[in-house]
Amino acid sequence: MHEEKLSDDIKNIVKKWEGKKGSLVMILHDIQNLYGYVPRQTSLQLSNYLDVPLARIYEVITFYHFFKLAPPGKNLIQVCMGTACYLKGASDLLRKLRDTLGVKEGESSKDGLFHLEVVRCLGCCGLAPVIKINDKIYSKVRKDQIEGILTEYKPKEIAK
Amino acid sequence: MNRITREYLDKIAGQPNQEDKNWIKIGMSSCGIAAGAEKTYKIFIEEIGKRKIQVAIRKCGCVGMCSVEPLVEVSIEGMPQVIYGKVDESAAIRIIDEHIIGHKLVDDHIYDIKDAKKESKQLRIVLRNCGVIDPDNIDEYIASEGYQALKKVLFEFKSQDKVIDDIKKSGLRGRGGAGYPTWLKWNFARQMKAEQKYIICNGDEGDPGAYMDRSVLEGDPHSVVEGMMIAGFSVGATKGYFYIRAEYPLAVDRIQRAIDHCYGHGLLGSGILGSDFNFDVEVRLGAGAFVCGEETALIASIEGRRGTPHPRPPYPSVKGLWGMPTVINNVETLANVPYIITKSGEAFARIGTQTSKGTKVFALTGKIKNSGLIEVPMGTTLREIVFDIGGGILKDRAIKAIQTGGPSGGVIPKDFLDTPVDYENLQKLGSIMGSGGMIVMDEDDCMVDIARFYQRFCYEESCGKCSPCRIGTAQMLNTLNKISEGNGELADLDNLRKISHAMQKTALCGLGQTAPNPVVSTLRYYEDEYKAHITEKRCPSKKCRRLLKYRIIPESCKKCSLCMKSCETKAITGNKDEGYVIDMDKCIRCGKCFEVCKFEAVAKE
Repeated sequence: MHEEKLSDDIKNIVKKWEGKKGSLVMILHDIQNLYGYVPRQTSLQLSNYLDVPLARIYEVITFYHFFKLAPPGKNLIQVCMGTACYLKGASDLLRKLRDTLGVKEGESSKDGLFHLEVVRCLGCCGLAPVIKINDKIYSKVRKDQIEGILTEYKPKEIAK
Repeated sequence: MNRITREYLDKIAGQPNQEDKNWIKIGMSSCGIAAGAEKTYKIFIEEIGKRKIQVAIRKCGCVGMCSVEPLVEVSIEGMPQVIYGKVDESAAIRIIDEHIIGHKLVDDHIYDIKDAKKESKQLRIVLRNCGVIDPDNIDEYIASEGYQALKKVLFEFKSQDKVIDDIKKSGLRGRGGAGYPTWLKWNFARQMKAEQKYIICNGDEGDPGAYMDRSVLEGDPHSVVEGMMIAGFSVGATKGYFYIRAEYPLAVDRIQRAIDHCYGHGLLGSGILGSDFNFDVEVRLGAGAFVCGEETALIASIEGRRGTPHPRPPYPSVKGLWGMPTVINNVETLANVPYIITKSGEAFARIGTQTSKGTKVFALTGKIKNSGLIEVPMGTTLREIVFDIGGGILKDRAIKAIQTGGPSGGVIPKDFLDTPVDYENLQKLGSIMGSGGMIVMDEDDCMVDIARFYQRFCYEESCGKCSPCRIGTAQMLNTLNKISEGNGELADLDNLRKISHAMQKTALCGLGQTAPNPVVSTLRYYEDEYKAHITEKRCPSKKCRRLLKYRIIPESCKKCSLCMKSCETKAITGNKDEGYVIDMDKCIRCGKCFEVCKFEAVAKE
């Protein structure tokens, strides 16, 4: 009875990992890739389908920093806090972003345009300090460039 | 795709990768792409196409000079082989018109000229193919003697003992940080009788400030796959897992592609190269938990559970993934294996020091001129690394210390720059080799702040399973915060030492046991700095914000009032006749007045 409730997306994902042991983390990755977060409804469906208690799924989701339980803002801003970036002023960038967007780490801006996040290390230490917006990495960022960078992601009329 | 045979391997091996006389090669690793390599690549394709000239355009992995990406290597007949850096659109067009067509070097973008006679302090074994071959092209790897080691193992050695013996002779030790002899790990797993054994490649490179493994996975994925297959043969495992951070999407892509190519060509699966050796490989992603670099936690994560460690013994080589004997090797360790097998263990053992053989890859970052990925023989001194290879300190300031080993390591003060780098020496100095992050610090870096940075990291990443780590990191972080805010007492230093000792002795896993190291080592060498924060309420490096004092220098002040206008808390008062003063009780140390002043009339003390 559970199967028909599953959306096709979830069914396909689960099918892909069928027969492979210990695939829960990978299934959650696929779900997040699809929706940008792991919706509660999906976890419920997954719990039924895999016959795993919901608590087990949530215990995994909440353990790993990578998984999100709420939809993030449209553009994901990741501020690298690796040692090299930290030494070269990443905390100043973070402070500037917090002030400009009016949010704390892990929150989305009111207009839903941005989601601010701190990451441990993006592995681009030679270009420190770096921030990443969606898939684009900005290197050797200075505090005074932040507003210009954010403007790239705002709809044209608001940007003015 | 055709099945690759032994004959095919021999036919292609050693041949030049491609016959083109004229070619350019663009570094397409994560850092290159971050700096704009994809755009540069596109421009070369378009512009060379427009000009209708015969030049092959290739891609390669990380060349190592990360701070001047995008990098482009140019080889034109009759011209020296040049590596150009910071190649943006205009530089790309100049390279085409001046170098390729006009046969004249573009001087202001040259970062290196390849010269076989030139002596280098670097020795590239792990990085032998990085920046040289196209990581997505299996034939280029085979042409660089790829899969020859696998062939040698399957058809010459034909015995697990011989492989393990060769690795033993090589003296290879784990490059993930702890330096455990690789052959011993393999041998334990080999001696176990079990239905199934596993090899895991630990690519959960979590140390902030380290990206060696990412570069190897991106630049030379096949050498890691080959190393894993040889490990599999030696211990009797038929299944391998790559566990890679989800934050490294390009590394994941490249490894997956390498694996797919291997399956397509019959280099993975059953009856590899016509032998009776079977091996399967799968990729699993990390999900942003530092503790998963610890091997028992990593296993839990691959099993689809929370990545919390459990006590050892039993070690994974006895009871690992799904209760089966499992060998976990780091990316760099595995990338060494094909080289050792091809060149022999004895040859490898001739490189390095008495106890540490071979080379080590370091991600040289921080306040250094030539920030990038380097590989040096063990025994190279820190001074050679920082000054000869790294080019010295940014802005020619004075070096203060070098941090190695990330959150599990420590700081090495400048007095020890002449120490040859090997596992034992770094440990004696209170740090560790670690996975290879090497962060250079100058006089502006405050050691209390550095300790606090790492402690915050450990506190946030502590999995919470054992109380020494969960409570210890929190208490240490609180104390360090207190000190850096000017509320510290001398008794705090003793407390830090006591908590550190307790964690080192009682935490459940290696990460908890080593989490106090940054605090212990900064206390060992820089107690004076801690004391300045506590007794004088002063941060000698002017880093700890809460201890800063701002003051307006009347002699330099032009009474423009910009500082007063920029002050959010109205801590600056005065007028255009009498000048301005800062009330430190109202000041929140945001530094805005210091930044806006055009006359350097605001002093930060």
